[in-house]
Amino acid sequence: MNILALFIIIPILTIIGILSTKDHRGTRIVSAIGMGLQLITSVVLIIMFYAERNAGNHADMLFMVDYMWFESLNIHYLVGVDGISVAMIALTSVVTFAGVFASWEVKDLPREFFISLIVLATGVFGFFISLDLFTMFLFYEVAVIPMYLLIGLWGSGPKEYSAMKLTLMLMGGSAILLVGLFGIYFNSDPSGASHYTFNIMEISKITIPMEAQRFFFPFTFIGFGILGALFPFHTWSPDGHASAPTAVSMLHAGVLMKLGGYGCFRVAMFLMPGAAHELAWIFIILTATSVVYGAFGAIWQKDLKYINAYSSVSHCGLVLFALLMMNETAMDGAIIQMISHGLMTALFFALIGMIYGRTHTRMINEMGGLMKIMPFLAVCYVIAGLASLGLPGLSGFVAEMTIFVGAFQHPDTFHRVVTILACSSIVVTAVYILRVVGVLLFGPIRNDEFLKLTDAKWFEKVSTVTLILAVAFIGIVPIWLSDLIRLSLKPILDQLSSF
Amino acid sequence: MNLNQFLIMRHELLLIGVVLLVLIAELFIKSEKKHFMIPFAIVLFLLYTIVGFLPAKTGVLFGGMYQTSELVILFKNILNVAVFIILLQSASWLRKDINHERISEFYIILLSSLIGMNFMISAGDFLMFYLGLETATIPLTALAAFDKYKNKSAEAGIKFILSSALSSGILLFGLSILYGTTGSIYFTEVAEKLVASPLLVLGFIFFVSGMSFKISLVPFHFWTADVYEGAPVNVTSFLSVVSKGAAAFIFMVILFTVFKSLSNMWGDVLYLLSILTMTIGNLFAMRQKNMKRFLAFSSIAQAGFILLGIMGASELGMTSVVYFVLVYVFSNLAAFGVVSVISDKTGLESMDDYNGMYRTNPKLSLIMMLALFSLAGIPPVAGFFGKFFLFTSAASKGYYWLVLIAVLNATISLYYYLLVVKAMFINKNDTPIAKFKSTFTDRLALIICVAGIFAIGFASPIYELIRSLSFGF
Repeated sequence: MNILALFIIIPILTIIGILSTKDHRGTRIVSAIGMGLQLITSVVLIIMFYAERNAGNHADMLFMVDYMWFESLNIHYLVGVDGISVAMIALTSVVTFAGVFASWEVKDLPREFFISLIVLATGVFGFFISLDLFTMFLFYEVAVIPMYLLIGLWGSGPKEYSAMKLTLMLMGGSAILLVGLFGIYFNSDPSGASHYTFNIMEISKITIPMEAQRFFFPFTFIGFGILGALFPFHTWSPDGHASAPTAVSMLHAGVLMKLGGYGCFRVAMFLMPGAAHELAWIFIILTATSVVYGAFGAIWQKDLKYINAYSSVSHCGLVLFALLMMNETAMDGAIIQMISHGLMTALFFALIGMIYGRTHTRMINEMGGLMKIMPFLAVCYVIAGLASLGLPGLSGFVAEMTIFVGAFQHPDTFHRVVTILACSSIVVTAVYILRVVGVLLFGPIRNDEFLKLTDAKWFEKVSTVTLILAVAFIGIVPIWLSDLIRLSLKPILDQLSSF
Repeated sequence: MNLNQFLIMRHELLLIGVVLLVLIAELFIKSEKKHFMIPFAIVLFLLYTIVGFLPAKTGVLFGGMYQTSELVILFKNILNVAVFIILLQSASWLRKDINHERISEFYIILLSSLIGMNFMISAGDFLMFYLGLETATIPLTALAAFDKYKNKSAEAGIKFILSSALSSGILLFGLSILYGTTGSIYFTEVAEKLVASPLLVLGFIFFVSGMSFKISLVPFHFWTADVYEGAPVNVTSFLSVVSKGAAAFIFMVILFTVFKSLSNMWGDVLYLLSILTMTIGNLFAMRQKNMKRFLAFSSIAQAGFILLGIMGASELGMTSVVYFVLVYVFSNLAAFGVVSVISDKTGLESMDDYNGMYRTNPKLSLIMMLALFSLAGIPPVAGFFGKFFLFTSAASKGYYWLVLIAVLNATISLYYYLLVVKAMFINKNDTPIAKFKSTFTDRLALIICVAGIFAIGFASPIYELIRSLSFGF
């Protein structure tokens, strides 16, 4: 059996397993086992991927499986992976695994919670392995819809409002995206024989007429961009993240927002390179705004989750920003940033959830001195913070360094100016991260109640340590990730440089 | 005319047989044993449905007045399955004492209406088409007023008969103008002699308006909400699924065959109608609190989406419409099934009554959620595929802006579908609907619907089968 099928089958089996459990203990154990298997499978996938590459298989996509689905419309179930998707799958497995442990103590309707969480993860896995625009779109929507219940039922604060806002904005994004996909589909046959295709690899071989590209590129890019928190369509993100339960914030900021960036280059830029070049300047301005605006937004927030949500807007904006620079270094950095931010922000949200679970507040000025009370969580928080502001040795440094070096390689004034502007976000990031760390962890203990609080339990340690290991691994051996990415970026760069 | 030719009308003849058998059985059954009519009629109809799937001859009868094709037979089978599900869903409602004396009446009237629809979609000329349409409509009036002791139901009946009389009048006027300009009522001959003269355009507009009443397209939709609300739940589901589906189908077939040469004109007309229907249907649906009114407006919006498929004016378009109707049958009947079960057990029909229902009746809530997701077009349930193909059909003709409006409308519709999900799953309620056990027939009906919702989307052979039978131009 093909290894990629496992990424769909294991979650389905896990869901069936969860349905047969009686209480919340059984539920979480089954979920942990299922997602643990998923993590192992993705490690096996990485090993197999390297083995294939070392054996001299330099095909664009490996482990491809192709089933005809709707024959008359030429819709296939077509899956395959390159280095980038392998890296994204690994990220998803790590975050999902950590997410299950971070929600170990969900007591209200646990079965429903874990099933929704796993459905969400399945959608994400399916999205990353799809090479057919139809299945890709299908999995994209599968990943979005469980968010409504997850936030609405298990969230906090104005959860119903946030859940509705998030779902509708993301579905609106997918609506816009769908028009773009139809545009690609109905322009995929230059011979005029009406033999259209949704197959990404086939479409990349032909050139979509320029006027069609100009019309449909914005639809596709914005459609995906909404999920990647592209300014000014990012407003779902702070509210959604703040109201979501811990594991959902982790998965959402860590993985789901990456679908946007991934889709932007895999579909919009890869298939419509001409329009990507022509219209890049508009989106560069928008994404640079995201980067700076998100960082400044984070400064003003007092709620830990809002700080992180705005910081995610900033960092995800940086991903899109780097992609639009369209050179090897910057795009390389964009992918590393996706992985790095995914892990780091998941870690952040996990820690915030754990702290909130103890202190029952997320306002930084109500807390202080947590380093003395819960040293383990506090140290983890410092690590996450340092990774986020790009300390060398952790993943954030590698990503941001590569991005800005790549972006600065453009000799013209426009690119240099926006790059310098975007660079300023690094400083701002340092301000808000260090402020939080200072007030939250090192200040005086402001509430005597807090003295009774305990440090991390074992399952919380599993969750955080998994993520920290991954962050450090990328920071110390970035070459491993770059290797995966570089070869896979080549077809995309070739496509882009042909214009 | 020999037996073989007669068998071309198998669906209609058998259905008349079923109605007569029910009528005869009614004469001989004792008053206190009337409820035995329920299983009798259901089993009889099930047999008829199964026979309908056996391979059948196609052909033309009565000099072109009546015609069937593989696609028409398939569509009749879809309607049969829908009616079968409705019969199952209505069983526990009919069992109530208040309906005891009128069980057979319900079956006879409902199935007579179905006979009319069968004739209507098999029509080969405008006379048969009109006769079928009226045969289908008049019994529906009686059905809408079936709960005659309720004011709302009586109101629904009178509203329905008045508005359908008006629309039939308009339709008939349009048809007579068509006859006047072309000199024929046969579809094939009208299509040949069709020349776009001002008078003919007038007739065409009247025809479209009349049909728009039947399919309840905006701005001809005003009767819908009141009738849907007043009629008994099972009649409402019959109106919104079977009646609407059949009318949409024959509307499409007539546009594709008879008005082929006017396709530019009806393209524009439908463009406008579909935008109006989707948008206004959605805007009104958002504000509804009564579940039946809510589903009524949602089904108005759905009709707007169907028009997108018709506008494709191709094989793909016809496939997507028939496929969408098939998906819509299962999703809408699942939603109506839940509403019907709850209304039977508790008499509650308001959205606020559904608050917190998941905690007491998880299975019903899940089915409702699946049905609503399917109506909204969320994967992996079948509604996603249905909507996707409709959009594909419109996009294939280059109507990208229309597709954009339609998908944005689908997002808006998701909002109000989620309101129901929110009520059931998220809202807190101190006195949620008590836990209850539904009857065997209700459960069977819901199981069939859920199986359909899941299976039809993934089963591409069904799509390909419809595709192989469809035609365009």
